[in-house]
Amino acid sequence: MFLDLDYFIFGIMPYIALTVLIVGCIARYERDPFTWKSSSSQLLRRKQLFWGSVLFHVGIITVFGGHLIGLFTPVAVLDALGIPYAAKQWMAVILGGAAGIAALIGASLLIHRRVTDPRIWQTTSFADIGILVLIWLQLFIGLGTIFLTLQHMDGSEMVRFMTWSQSVILLNLNAWAMVVDVHWLYKAHIFLGLLITILFPFTRLVHMVSGFVAPVRYLMRPGYQLVRSRRSKALPKRAASKATPAE
Amino acid sequence: MRIRAQIGMVLNLDKCIGCHTCSVTCKNVWTSRDGVEYAWFNNVETKPGLGYPTDWENQARWKGGWERTKAGKLQPKQGSKWRILSNIFANPSMPEIDDYYEPFDFDYDHLKSAPEMKAFPTARPRSKITGERIEKIEKGPNWEEILGGEFSKRSADYNFDGIQKEIYGEYENTFMMYLPRLCEHCLNPACASSCPSGAIYKREEDGIVLIDQEKCRGWRMCVSGCPYKKVYYNWSTGKSEKCTLCYPRIESGNPTVCSETCVGRIRYLGVMLYDADKIESAANMEDPQDLYDAQLGVFLDPNDPVVIETARADGIPEDWIKAAQDSPIWKMAMEWKVAFPLHPEYRTLPMVWYIPPLSPIQNAAEAGAIGMDAGMPDVKNLRIPVRYLANMLTAGDEAPVITALERMLAMRSYMRSKTVEGVIDEGIAARVGLSGRVIEDMYKIMALADYEDRFVIPTTHREQVEEAYDLRGGCGFTDTNGCSTGSSGKSLFGGAKKPLKMPTEAM
Repeated sequence: MFLDLDYFIFGIMPYIALTVLIVGCIARYERDPFTWKSSSSQLLRRKQLFWGSVLFHVGIITVFGGHLIGLFTPVAVLDALGIPYAAKQWMAVILGGAAGIAALIGASLLIHRRVTDPRIWQTTSFADIGILVLIWLQLFIGLGTIFLTLQHMDGSEMVRFMTWSQSVILLNLNAWAMVVDVHWLYKAHIFLGLLITILFPFTRLVHMVSGFVAPVRYLMRPGYQLVRSRRSKALPKRAASKATPAE
Repeated sequence: MRIRAQIGMVLNLDKCIGCHTCSVTCKNVWTSRDGVEYAWFNNVETKPGLGYPTDWENQARWKGGWERTKAGKLQPKQGSKWRILSNIFANPSMPEIDDYYEPFDFDYDHLKSAPEMKAFPTARPRSKITGERIEKIEKGPNWEEILGGEFSKRSADYNFDGIQKEIYGEYENTFMMYLPRLCEHCLNPACASSCPSGAIYKREEDGIVLIDQEKCRGWRMCVSGCPYKKVYYNWSTGKSEKCTLCYPRIESGNPTVCSETCVGRIRYLGVMLYDADKIESAANMEDPQDLYDAQLGVFLDPNDPVVIETARADGIPEDWIKAAQDSPIWKMAMEWKVAFPLHPEYRTLPMVWYIPPLSPIQNAAEAGAIGMDAGMPDVKNLRIPVRYLANMLTAGDEAPVITALERMLAMRSYMRSKTVEGVIDEGIAARVGLSGRVIEDMYKIMALADYEDRFVIPTTHREQVEEAYDLRGGCGFTDTNGCSTGSSGKSLFGGAKKPLKMPTEAM
């Protein structure tokens, strides 16, 4: 084979994915901010949205956060804190499993709603349903890998993936070799994850960025109101308000 | 004191004939697009009724506006910022499109393309969302037109609070009025406060509340946050939209489309100066019935030298101060006290005010028997219960509404005496706390309502805030990305939009 598939997926694709993700998001935010949105369909049909959306979002945010922390915490930090690898893996299996099941139930509800409700289906773009099905599949495979993981609970496999992820970030170009001999289900999970990352800037997924930024800015906004001025120079600040004139 | 200027509106309900010209012209200009077919930035409701969207005044259900917490803090009725954020995945207080109505169109083409048939061809309705046949239209933008529907349903109207409403279901006692509604461009907007993205803002120079379409992410909190239900979610673009007070027109000194086209000449536009530092305390009065007075206290007298001097220091242009002095809004709201805010109890300090309507004397047969107070009928005998108007305009406080109605009756009485009998009766004016000169002024502005008296709109001063030279060759007013048309059909990011198929079938 001209190009080894493992080398492509674990050695090259991560860099393509990260580049597309970053450049794509910046380009979209800069060039087409009007399209940056969550595309909520709640107005058209409330039914199935509440449980579907809440279960899906709470589940997937937990899973996403778990992957970030789990994969990118340096192994040395685990050692320094004295956390046994097996304990961390149990935590990942239990928390990730529960959140993954919630997200899968939510995604199933959302897919069912999107496909069966004529109002939602008519307003669904290919990207909308495509990304939803991909995420459903990713959750399904992700939950499937738990059964493989349960067969080796010493944490060694997990440490391998941690090392690989961190090596990719540290631009260690030989990192791909670490994961060539893992079970194909893990490989499929990683491939789908990278594919979703590539598609991220071109779908409604971009609302994730706002979803993490907006709450912070909202909570930090002094008071509730926003007033915009077109004045080029701000008005002088007054030390104390003058006496209010009589009515 | 921090002085800002606001373009306010007053609607003289006494003259509204419910022709919907405002709604239709507004629709044609602003919402004849995909995704907002159901949205009416301006709509006219027949009252008593549940309105559009159905039951919008019921804030126990929709959680719009503000509330004063037990601790005396002012916060959105939807809850604190944390509470609002926790509802971001699914907003429990947001209306569904069926609470407005499912937009529809008719198979007009069938009328001319149908083959020869026994029965006359008809144009049957189709959903504008799915393109599917609608067998029965269950709701429309003005479903209760001229008291349409049963009284038992319409009487769930929130404004009947504290009224023995049963008798108003009887034919002899029924009453009706029109209520044209648009965005209130509040001093304390609940929509802006609910927006996690910070996309909704109030403009400093004219008080217009707008949604930045490029910052809106479709979190939908503004839809439930607005107690007037005047923020609409565009299901096609995924962004919220609202009345813009036709700001491109206002900026150039023209009235809004709804005001310009009002055939009854019921709409007034003018400048109000207000003290931005007083907003919070005014919106946070303990007793809701004090909110109307508190809002009056936020407005500043444009003839007061201290106010003029401070306004200049706060960057208010000279012609805006002059416009505030000539403002019809100031006269009706502050001098004559005939205009009132819509539902001040929502604590948003709305800036579209209403003059309550007079109505026929309750029972024509008894007209001779009812109380006449020196030639004027007692306003308590008017067909529309004063309490009903008070629930709508002053959080239930009847006294200010009675004064306003009496002043309007006095204006008629005074002018009748002057023009029919040729007698200037200062006594009529004095009884309602006015003078003959003021009544003639009221008559000129409220009854004759010349264009120049209704619309006192100073142009905006863009030359003070931006370099006009940079604007040359620009694309003028657009509502989306720079000069783009807003269609993201070919965009890499928007995804292809499915064209809505509206098949026509021959039966």
